[in-house]
Amino acid sequence: MHIADKFSKRPHDCGPLMLRYIFTRLGSFIPTFIGVTLISFMFIRVLPGDPIIVMAGERGMSEERYQEMVVKLGFDKPVIQQYWDYLTGVLQGDLGNSFVTKKPVWDEFFALFPATVELATCAMIFAIALGLPAGVIAAVNRGKFFDRALMSTALVGYSMPIFWWALLLIIVFSGNLGWTPVSGRLDLLYYFDDVTGFMLIDSVLSGQEGAFKSAVHHLVLPTIVLGTVPLAVIARQTRSAMLEVLGEDYIRTARAKGLSPTRINGVHALRNALIPVITVIGLSVGVLMGGAILTESIFSWPGIGKWMMDSIFRRDYPVVQGGLLLIAVIVMIVNLTVDLLYGVINPKIRKR
Amino acid sequence: MSDQATPAAATRPSALREFWYYFSENRGAVYGFWFFVAFVLCAALAPWLAPYDSAEQFRDHILQPPVWQEGGSWAFPLGTDPLGRDMLSRLIAGSRFSFFVGVIVVSIAVSGGVMIGLLSGFAPRWLDTIIMRIMDIILAFPSLLLALVLVAILGPSLTNAMIAIAIVFQPHYVRLTRASVLAERQKDYVTSARIAGAGLWRMMFVTVLPNCLAPIIVQGALSFSTAILDAAALGFLGMGAQPPTPEWGTMLAEAREFILRAWWVVTFPGLAILVTVLAINLMGDGLRDALDPKLKRS
Amino acid sequence: MSLLRIRNLSVDFATASGQFRAVDGVDVTLEKGELLAIVGESGSGKSVSMLAVMGLLPWTATITADEMSFEGRDLTKITPRERRSIIGKDMAMIFQEPMSSLNPCFTVGFQIKEALRIHMGMDRATRNNRAVELFDQVGIPDAASRLNTFPHQMSGGMNQRVMIAMAIACNPKLLIADEPTTALDVTIQAQILDLLIRLRDEQDMGLVLITHDMGVVAETAERVSVQYAGQKVEEQPVKDLFRHPYHPYTSALLSALPERATSKILPTIPGVVPGQFDRPQGCLFSPRCQFADEKCAQTPPVPCGPEQGRALCHHVDAIEAGEMA
Repeated sequence: MHIADKFSKRPHDCGPLMLRYIFTRLGSFIPTFIGVTLISFMFIRVLPGDPIIVMAGERGMSEERYQEMVVKLGFDKPVIQQYWDYLTGVLQGDLGNSFVTKKPVWDEFFALFPATVELATCAMIFAIALGLPAGVIAAVNRGKFFDRALMSTALVGYSMPIFWWALLLIIVFSGNLGWTPVSGRLDLLYYFDDVTGFMLIDSVLSGQEGAFKSAVHHLVLPTIVLGTVPLAVIARQTRSAMLEVLGEDYIRTARAKGLSPTRINGVHALRNALIPVITVIGLSVGVLMGGAILTESIFSWPGIGKWMMDSIFRRDYPVVQGGLLLIAVIVMIVNLTVDLLYGVINPKIRKR
Repeated sequence: MSDQATPAAATRPSALREFWYYFSENRGAVYGFWFFVAFVLCAALAPWLAPYDSAEQFRDHILQPPVWQEGGSWAFPLGTDPLGRDMLSRLIAGSRFSFFVGVIVVSIAVSGGVMIGLLSGFAPRWLDTIIMRIMDIILAFPSLLLALVLVAILGPSLTNAMIAIAIVFQPHYVRLTRASVLAERQKDYVTSARIAGAGLWRMMFVTVLPNCLAPIIVQGALSFSTAILDAAALGFLGMGAQPPTPEWGTMLAEAREFILRAWWVVTFPGLAILVTVLAINLMGDGLRDALDPKLKRS
Repeated sequence: MSLLRIRNLSVDFATASGQFRAVDGVDVTLEKGELLAIVGESGSGKSVSMLAVMGLLPWTATITADEMSFEGRDLTKITPRERRSIIGKDMAMIFQEPMSSLNPCFTVGFQIKEALRIHMGMDRATRNNRAVELFDQVGIPDAASRLNTFPHQMSGGMNQRVMIAMAIACNPKLLIADEPTTALDVTIQAQILDLLIRLRDEQDMGLVLITHDMGVVAETAERVSVQYAGQKVEEQPVKDLFRHPYHPYTSALLSALPERATSKILPTIPGVVPGQFDRPQGCLFSPRCQFADEKCAQTPPVPCGPEQGRALCHHVDAIEAGEMA
């Protein structure tokens, strides 16, 4: 009877399309990965000065020893060959050894990585937990006092030089009030072996009284410092996404159904507004890694950021090179995951 | 029913007037604008405004607190630093560096980024793909980290920091420009220009580019502030301007060890960065609201 | 007691360059089970007046009315909570763009059952049965499995059927259809209109049909109200209106119908509806009216009596007498 009603899509055909979407995203991942390895490969070769001389340090080095090093590092081979060796090494987890500690860069990185992950995760949870509600409340009260207050605060947070913010918090909370420690991950009082590398978990597993509390105390200020900018970005993005969504036709439909404002804002609008917000959260991971360098340096947090910073000053080039590559790859993987998550949360994207 | 008291039709306001209407509707943006004007004047007139030379050391007045605190004096209204230099003079001198950083980084990043983005938007598919892939690669690195490593290669100095930051910012402009070019190219006026026989160069620079400017201007304002922040961060990490340059980030780094003894040496440079960045961001938000028709009220 | 009664409704929007009056002194009366069409060009304020009734206008709008009541309840004095218990239940509305009027992130089943849960308090199984029943009623084939689809997986016509099913879910007494067929293919248009008329007959609900299409009016409506630039310029039963339009604007609209064309070239109405910056002092239609004179440009007209379709024109008598050809 309704011959003219044609369906553009059959209802349950999301599967293969979703797979194709995943493959497209993976397809753009590989060339970017190769580009990233190229850049980190080039890094050591465009440095001013001879890396081998740098390695030798103040002491200098004999001619034979020098030639030996050239061969060992593969500098005598053609550049293409060198890159190929580098790439195959990277894929096998070989990033060379640190000039300073002589240990493999790969091992050093993954020994310190949990500390950074712990800090970054806490910062992100802090940013999302406060940023999302703040953005929603501001959008719903558009133009009113709450909106102005929240958005002014968010703009201050967005404009904050976080290295200064860290110093201020230290002055107030560590200096004046004496509530929090100034540096590190744990009081020297406690000692236990790494199980997971995450201090919050390990301190509980160790069963030592007060260890968990100490870990939390050490984590508070760095979390706030690192989470401030993402918090502001998420709040601002949530607000503008909500405002955009609130102007859509389907929100009018929801209102025409007689739904309560809470349900319209919290279910119909927020679900749609989350789509751009998730993108922003994904993009913040890169910002977070940059922020981690500053935060970890200030709080002496033994993570990747501080390690990179120290290595730059020590001219420990294999570490800088390897760290740069691994950080970039991790950021890429996070962004890829966010893209895929995006496909799950936004039903429309599976259509493509 | 016969309520015809509506005033005689007003004439349509001019574009600039309308822009200012929307811009000034956002009060914060106006404050930001005036503060920015003051900041520019301060940077321009720094040598005449500052009471002392920024490098002059008063050995008798080391770490003197600001005037309102006990031990302060009007000779050094914001106190002195560990070497006895006047904080106020150093802050005023520092505004110059921040202003230069903003101007130079934004002009390099915008001019380069817009050119490449425009090219990418009009280029054949393969070239477009290559350009965008390169931008993806640059964007894969966290920007502060990449800037740090670039400075490590080039050698730490303010000039190199500015170059590094400009390189790191570039991809954002490329993407933004390309996206607006592709959006504009779909529109009828571009088609009609092409049919009218406009050449490629004319199409790129006369027909399309002016219509892509609004988002680029907004992004320019926002990266002005980010450039100041990043340059200060590099300075703080010892990879930007080198002491004794009175760059705000570098000043903070020098003062770090005194944070618990002399709060003013830490507070003022940071406050200067925050307020400047905040003012520019306020202005940028106002610009965006005024230039983006989507957010205008119906 | 009328189902819907509106007297002297005006809506103003705050814009950058001052107040803009979108609806200007409009009267609407609708009885139970009646079908009223509101006709006018884009920008004539026909949707805005109905959105005002539903309370769906943005915060920039100011609504003033001598009376606006639904089943005797004063809609201007009602609290938001009371309004929410009426709209979506006793008073429902469907919109022009079915594709964008449904939430892309939720299945159509979720969206229709939501209304049932809130207004009817049904449990899960009852909701599901009712939703299937509604889909059948609006002619969606394979109703049970369709409930699990997302709006973008269906055609515009199907989405509009979902919108209608959602609107009639709680057996409303009044249904406002805002250009329900404009965004659809011509073949689907007729089906949707038939569906609306059928539902009106079955459920004895009042139906307000907002449209710019005189053809749709001729096929469906019983009474027609013509709006121009926010004012009602004429109101008549549909047969009388087509036989004898009083206002020059109505005549012009009718003669622009292809079916009524007498010459090879279809007559058009020159110009556009006045906007915020070119609103005339006198009769709002005067700049585009072939009969307009000095008086029309200077003085706003008052409506005629019901025998002349309440036409908002200075020259109804003169035009009728053929003095102003």
